Amino acid sequence: MTKPERDPYTGLMTTGHEWNGIKELMTPVPGVVKFFLAITILTAVLFWILFPTWPYGTGYTKGILNIDQRGLVEEDLTRSAALRATWEQKFSTTEFAQLEADEEAMALVRTHGARLFEDNCSACHGINADGGPGFPSLIDDQWLWGGDAETINETLRVGINTQHEDTRFGEMPAFGDQGMLDLKQRRALTSFVISLSRPDELDQKNMERLPEGKELFAENCASCHGDNGKGIKDVGAPNLTDSFWIYGGNADTIQATLKHGRKGVMPYFEQRLGEADRRLLTLYVRDMGAQKNE
Amino acid sequence: MISQLTRDERSSAMILCTILVIFGGVLGIAGRDDVLGFHGALLAACGIGLLFMIMNRYHDAEPDPDGIKKYYDDPTKVGVIVSMIWLVFATFIGDWVAWLLVFPEATFDAGWASFGRLRPVHTTGVIFGFGGNALIATSFHVLQRTSRARLSDNISPWVVIIGFNLFCLMAVTGYMFGITASKEYAEPEWYADIFLVVIWVVYFVLYLRTLARRQEPHIYVANWYFMAFILVVAILHIINNLAVPVSLGHAKSYSLFSGVQDAMTQWWYGHNAVAFFLTSGFLGMLYYYLPRRAGRPIFSYRMSIISFWGITFLYMWAGSHHLHYTALPHWVQNLGMTFSIILVVPSWASAGNALLTLNGAWEKVRDDATLRFMFVAAVFYGLSTFEGSFMAIRPVNSLSHYTDWTVGHVHAGALGWVAMITFGAFYTLVPMLWNRERMYSSRLIEAHFWLALSGTVIYVFSMWNSGIIQGLMWRAYAENGTLAYSFIDSVDAMAPYYVARAVGGFLFFLGGVIGLYNIWKTIKMPAQENAPVYDLPPVVDPEPAE
Repeated sequence: MTKPERDPYTGLMTTGHEWNGIKELMTPVPGVVKFFLAITILTAVLFWILFPTWPYGTGYTKGILNIDQRGLVEEDLTRSAALRATWEQKFSTTEFAQLEADEEAMALVRTHGARLFEDNCSACHGINADGGPGFPSLIDDQWLWGGDAETINETLRVGINTQHEDTRFGEMPAFGDQGMLDLKQRRALTSFVISLSRPDELDQKNMERLPEGKELFAENCASCHGDNGKGIKDVGAPNLTDSFWIYGGNADTIQATLKHGRKGVMPYFEQRLGEADRRLLTLYVRDMGAQKNE
Repeated sequence: MISQLTRDERSSAMILCTILVIFGGVLGIAGRDDVLGFHGALLAACGIGLLFMIMNRYHDAEPDPDGIKKYYDDPTKVGVIVSMIWLVFATFIGDWVAWLLVFPEATFDAGWASFGRLRPVHTTGVIFGFGGNALIATSFHVLQRTSRARLSDNISPWVVIIGFNLFCLMAVTGYMFGITASKEYAEPEWYADIFLVVIWVVYFVLYLRTLARRQEPHIYVANWYFMAFILVVAILHIINNLAVPVSLGHAKSYSLFSGVQDAMTQWWYGHNAVAFFLTSGFLGMLYYYLPRRAGRPIFSYRMSIISFWGITFLYMWAGSHHLHYTALPHWVQNLGMTFSIILVVPSWASAGNALLTLNGAWEKVRDDATLRFMFVAAVFYGLSTFEGSFMAIRPVNSLSHYTDWTVGHVHAGALGWVAMITFGAFYTLVPMLWNRERMYSSRLIEAHFWLALSGTVIYVFSMWNSGIIQGLMWRAYAENGTLAYSFIDSVDAMAPYYVARAVGGFLFFLGGVIGLYNIWKTIKMPAQENAPVYDLPPVVDPEPAE
């Protein structure tokens, strides 16, 4: 231990400790440190008196203001509900057709509806609602379950292939995986399905498969997709004669669909969104399609 | 390395390597159907490699018996180099994930390259790989000088350095395979956690035994901080990682805690990891290298005491401010918040103590980029501790929580404080350690300084902007009670700031590469012949305490 000495620069004494040449000055703790320590501790104590803070075994101090975060949240929700009440009633009860004719209502649909769509739907259907592989476009006027407002609203409420008790249920069976059709039959069916929309794409080999494919279609597919392949909306079976495809219309994708089946899911929104929001979203989806087709 | 060990020590090292091989082998066999098997094989392979290295040199001449009268710096040398390699690797990954937020496709469709797997590689690589090795390396160096005693034995420092890096390797490779305990900054799974506990106990025992031989009756401040770092990190690590493995042959485990208790344990850990790993440890570094470089006494011994106990006591309470407005009871949030507010005072007292120590040496700060690194580090320490206490206030947190503001705050601390103090310490340490006249190039230090500073400033400013914009957009309501923006609107609005952040991160990464190059070239320089006496020699006990 060395002796305390005077630091020539500051004129202060050192503590007399030294570690490999490092010394320390005996500078007193500056007043500003003590001041702010006192201020912050006082603030904390004041806070402890006012708000819930300290536990004591069976409970905790409630603070004299008796404020709790649950109450604060409820206040926020009440305030928000009061603001929303200005339009929610109207959207829950008015007929869709009437709302669609109401410019003021549609102005809200185009702002709030867009927020709802972007937060709830766009992850799958795309920000412009034009879909993507596996997820249908909502603006091409082609609908699996129907595109009138009531039907869309119902799809939003119960979803497709969900846990909801009223869920829409639609499944394309895995004809290959379940051993219902062999490879040759599935090829014939693929050729036939392509012939429904793009007959000129088929070469000689494919053309030869058509009769067998037609027969297989009548036996296996027509119950859902209809005798003419134009789809049946009651069971959500798509039209196979048009140029709109969810998973893809090329031979490989159709083969895969026939082999492994399809069972797309759309979540249900009955618990996630209120009735007014769902109806407003329905109008937004229809409005996007209408604007696209104008 | 091995030539510095006596034959007896080489034998004990071989026994330890054999234990590592057996442990790795058992893990490898038990977990052969799992990533656990790969990690077992990794440990075993490392043990076999080390065994061969030692066997190769086993019959080499014994070291000079007078060597015991010198400080033992080989582990520090290895730690410094490894730390800089981790820095370059982990900041590269960090900048990659920053660009992923601009170009989300840059994953090559590979699972290991997805954002969720690379991000913990970055955080673990930087905090533990870079920061941990830097702390271990400098703590060995500081401990010996301030105690005037050689490390208590020659084997355990190697156990610490090698074992710790094996832990880091298991961690980052595991993430890429998809192995994670899903706890932030505590992602490694149970077997790696247990492995680290053993390493950490060796570290603590080594520290205590060496400190017990000190010559100065008082323990220097740096050692208070290093000891707090080692001890508290051990407690945090053990409690937060209490978990039950699915089976002894699987990497997966489930936390002992559930629900909000789990969240609270995690953020008690998370916040105190920031406190005792990223603050206490690096304050230990600052308290030695800053006064050494500046050639000034510490401004105030009393402020050191107030700050140390203030930080050590108060941080422990503050973790709940990470869970404001959650299922955590209101009173727990409030309690954490009040202690967070008081915490700013000892934090600023520490920063002030460091800055006021520079009184009488400001011309050195101007001219010497190494000291300037440490000066800027102290400034950023002050800035980010103030910001931290501010963000812990509930209403402020309701704006900042879950936004990029948090990311900016963390990087103000990690880049501005932790990394800068380490660069300052390394540039002070490396010439002394390798007995070189100076660093290879002072211009490269200068370049590193400006790259690091501009990178940090760009990074932090862009995250402040994006964070506050995010927070404001998320809480904006229209008059009719509906949201003014969708979430994707806020993502769109972030684009320019994400580009700026990635550019800032790149500058910082570039600085790290220059730093590694400069250190490497310094090591390659010839040793100086008439070396100045950097350190008072260790006082050799006639009867070394065992």
